[in-house]
Amino acid sequence: MRAVRPRFDIRQLAAIYTGGVLGALARVGLAEAAPHGPGEWPWATFSVNLAGALLLGYFFARLRDHPEDSLAHPFLTTGVCGTLTTFATLQLELFEMVETGHLALAGAYVGATLLAGYACVRIGIALERRPRPEAAG
Amino acid sequence: MSATGWALVGLLGGGAAAARFLIDAAFAQRIDHPFPFGILAINLTGTLALGLVAGAALSGEALVIVAGGGLGSFTTFSTWMLDSHRLNEAGHAHLVWLNVALSLLAGFAAIALGHWLADG
Repeated sequence: MRAVRPRFDIRQLAAIYTGGVLGALARVGLAEAAPHGPGEWPWATFSVNLAGALLLGYFFARLRDHPEDSLAHPFLTTGVCGTLTTFATLQLELFEMVETGHLALAGAYVGATLLAGYACVRIGIALERRPRPEAAG
Repeated sequence: MSATGWALVGLLGGGAAAARFLIDAAFAQRIDHPFPFGILAINLTGTLALGLVAGAALSGEALVIVAGGGLGSFTTFSTWMLDSHRLNEAGHAHLVWLNVALSLLAGFAAIALGHWLADG
C-alpha cells in the first residue's frame, strides 16, 4: 500500500504542496458556492469525494503503467486528489445529521459515499486500462 | 470570503497535503504491514481536531479557513478508498472491512469526542 521508494526530494514535496493548494481551493470553493442545511444532502462534499476517488484511481493506474511520470504523480495523487477529497468534513456532516435527528439521511449519505467512492476508484482504474486503438499498432 | 481568506485556504491546503505525505511516509518506514496505519492516524487526528474546532466558538471565515483549508485538506477520502481497493487486490479482504469499518466508526467517535470536549 506504500510508495516503493522511501526517499523523496524537495521538488516532490513542492509538487504535493502545489497540488494541495489547488485541491483545497476547489473543495472549499465548491462548498462556499453550494452550502447545505443540516437536513440536506451535502452535494459539495459528496461531489468532490467521488470526483477525487475517480481521478485517484485513474492516476494510480497510470503510474503503474507509466512509472516514469515521477513528479506529476505526487502532484496529482497526494496533492490534488488527496486534498480535493476529505474525511473530516464527511464525519462532521454525518455528526450534524445525527445530532439534528436526520438519521435516515445520515445512513443514506454514508452508504452512498462509501459504495460510490469505492466504485469510482475502480472505474478510474478501468478507464486508464481501457484498450486504446492507437496503442495497438 | 475575503481575498486573504482564500489565500489562507490555499496556503493551509498545501501545507496539509505536505504534512499528510510526510506523516504517511514516516508510518510506512516504521511499520511493515499492508494495513494503511498512516492514513488511518491522519484521518482520525484530523477529524478529532475538526470536532474541537467546530464545537468551539470558531465560526464564519475563520472556521472555513481552519476547517476547510486545514483539516479538510489534511484528511483524505480518496486515499482511504484506494488503499481499501489495494488491500482487496492483494487478497486481504478482511483488512478491507477492517479499514472501512474502523475508519468510519472511530472517525465518528473522534468527531463526537472533539465536539463534546470543546462544548464542555
